Amino acid sequence: MIVRGNETVIVQGITGRQGTFWAERMAEYGTKIIGGVNPKKAGTEHIGRPVWGSAADAASETQVDATVLFIPPLGVKAAALDAISAGIKKMVVMTEHVPVQDVMYFLAAAREAGCQVIGPNTAGLVTVGECFVGFMPAFNPGIFKPGKIGVISRSGSLGTMVCLNLVQGGLGISTFIGIGGDPIIGTTTKDALVALDQDERTEAVAIVGEIGGGMEEEAAEYAKTMSKPIAAFIAGAASPPGKKMGHAGAIVMGSVGSYAGKKAALEAAGVAVVPTPSGIPEALRAVV
Amino acid sequence: MNFEEYAAKPLLSAAGIAVPASEIARTAAEAGTIAEKIGPCVVKAQVPTGKRGKAGGIALASSPAEANTEAARILGMHIGEHEVEKVLVEAQVPIARELYAAVLNDPVTKGPLVLFSPEGGMDIEEIAEKHPQRLMRLAVDIRHGFDRAAVAANLPDLGDIDESALVDLLAKLYAVYSANDAELLEINPLVQTKDGELIALDCKFTLDDSGVKRQEDLAEHGTPDKTTELEARSHAVNLKYIELDGNVGVLANGAGVTMTTMDAISHYGGAPANFLEIGGEAYRLSKEALEIVLANPNVKSLMVNFCGAFARCDVMAEGVVNAWKELEPDIPVFFTIHGTGDKEAIKMVRDGLGLEPYEFMDDAVKAAVEAAQ
Repeated sequence: MIVRGNETVIVQGITGRQGTFWAERMAEYGTKIIGGVNPKKAGTEHIGRPVWGSAADAASETQVDATVLFIPPLGVKAAALDAISAGIKKMVVMTEHVPVQDVMYFLAAAREAGCQVIGPNTAGLVTVGECFVGFMPAFNPGIFKPGKIGVISRSGSLGTMVCLNLVQGGLGISTFIGIGGDPIIGTTTKDALVALDQDERTEAVAIVGEIGGGMEEEAAEYAKTMSKPIAAFIAGAASPPGKKMGHAGAIVMGSVGSYAGKKAALEAAGVAVVPTPSGIPEALRAVV
Repeated sequence: MNFEEYAAKPLLSAAGIAVPASEIARTAAEAGTIAEKIGPCVVKAQVPTGKRGKAGGIALASSPAEANTEAARILGMHIGEHEVEKVLVEAQVPIARELYAAVLNDPVTKGPLVLFSPEGGMDIEEIAEKHPQRLMRLAVDIRHGFDRAAVAANLPDLGDIDESALVDLLAKLYAVYSANDAELLEINPLVQTKDGELIALDCKFTLDDSGVKRQEDLAEHGTPDKTTELEARSHAVNLKYIELDGNVGVLANGAGVTMTTMDAISHYGGAPANFLEIGGEAYRLSKEALEIVLANPNVKSLMVNFCGAFARCDVMAEGVVNAWKELEPDIPVFFTIHGTGDKEAIKMVRDGLGLEPYEFMDDAVKAAVEAAQ
């Protein structure tokens, strides 16, 4: 999923500290932030924009293309269901530590309603030079210089570092898709890869993966069908097995989710797998 | 969070799933006393890991004296990285057949998955490999819950197992999964007794860590991860710290950058001393984080890698610079700083510590590895 600068975005949880800070940054950068949601402050204004009591109220008054959730973990399910039933078709869920059974619940509802979900536990999306949704430092030109590389990352901080490395290496970024660090998420590595394969601004792809789960292996199967070059870095080669490394999704159980398995699957699909992130621009510079 | 057998089984019995009579014992004498009450029994080590049987942690006892002897042998033994501190003394069951049942969160279908096989007593990977056609894997729409008809239609050949009783049991298992924010709820083995009754002989329950805050009473009965003193200290201030056996300390923001810093240390011939991330809301805790990293006596150099998106580099750097001046550690430190608030952060490191952050992580890591040797 990609969000463009002409699409309207609401912020659920706009009046909170983080919601306020990032709504302002998004709007400054060019994202069409048209307002936000807080059931307790319906009818008021915040950062010069309307506050609705629900996403449904917002969608009944105006066209809402996308929503971003800055909502505490136990409130996410209700907020997401509100947006889905309002007919909003793109949703970005920032929140970490949402109970997994809640995530599965609203993902099932979203799938049925044709609503695409990014996250939870994502840093969001950047369409470089146009708009961003979430909390990526899109406005930092040393990190998000416009260019032709699409970046997919499970981690916000590591994704930031890879974009920095691309710019340091003389390349630029078309689109950044942060998919999130949870074990169960709306948009998988493969889903994001399909979006970048179809994105005409993207000529090559950087996959920033992590140990744990089977998403990189699944993406590797799709990569075999692609003509755009791909480089990948998988974090966690030096992490001990059986321990959760910060991200709930980053844990190796038995042989499932191991660094070696992911590296082998990606290399079999013709993807250049590099040992540190600075290898990504080196691998892509030759082909872009 | 993992639950040991003795803490997981009460969830099953409360939902109406039969389990053998049992009591927990912390001494051999207690085990003997319990065996007097319940008769021929099984003495089972209680540790949060599998393979207890293979490790010699499960033994049959036909008398109280035998229960005492077996408990004395098992208590204090080591299984994996765990020392056995308690045993479950459980009534023996006349087993006709071993089966397998579980409900878990499935990342592929993004919903609950109900698993059942009439072949139990081995782990699920082995069942899936040896008897794939006899393993039911049924995806459930979590919004509609357990669907008896769908389960009945998908069951493998049951032989003489009562289908209605089995579907009842699976429905109860799903209800326990659902009510307790389970990530995994597994009965292995589920047994059919010689009288045809279905009884759960073991139970594995993993509580979703993100569900703990609405399951606080339940979480009291879980087994906390085994931690070192420093890990416990870091958890108390909500920092995720894992002690490793290398000598290059790591302080970074975000799980991805932290893991990557460890990978780079290892790639350039060093060994990381820890995982410690101060991502998310924890980015304000860099002073506490630094104190914990430095409290590990093996740390010979420190690699600080900040890449701010949500986390602000200036806030993190301020904490580290102030703490460094206060603690005056006798080791070299190497910085790379990029992202939100990086200009201010770099200035703080220059002005406060007289150090120049590296432009590239690889160069900083190489220097940190070299300094630690």
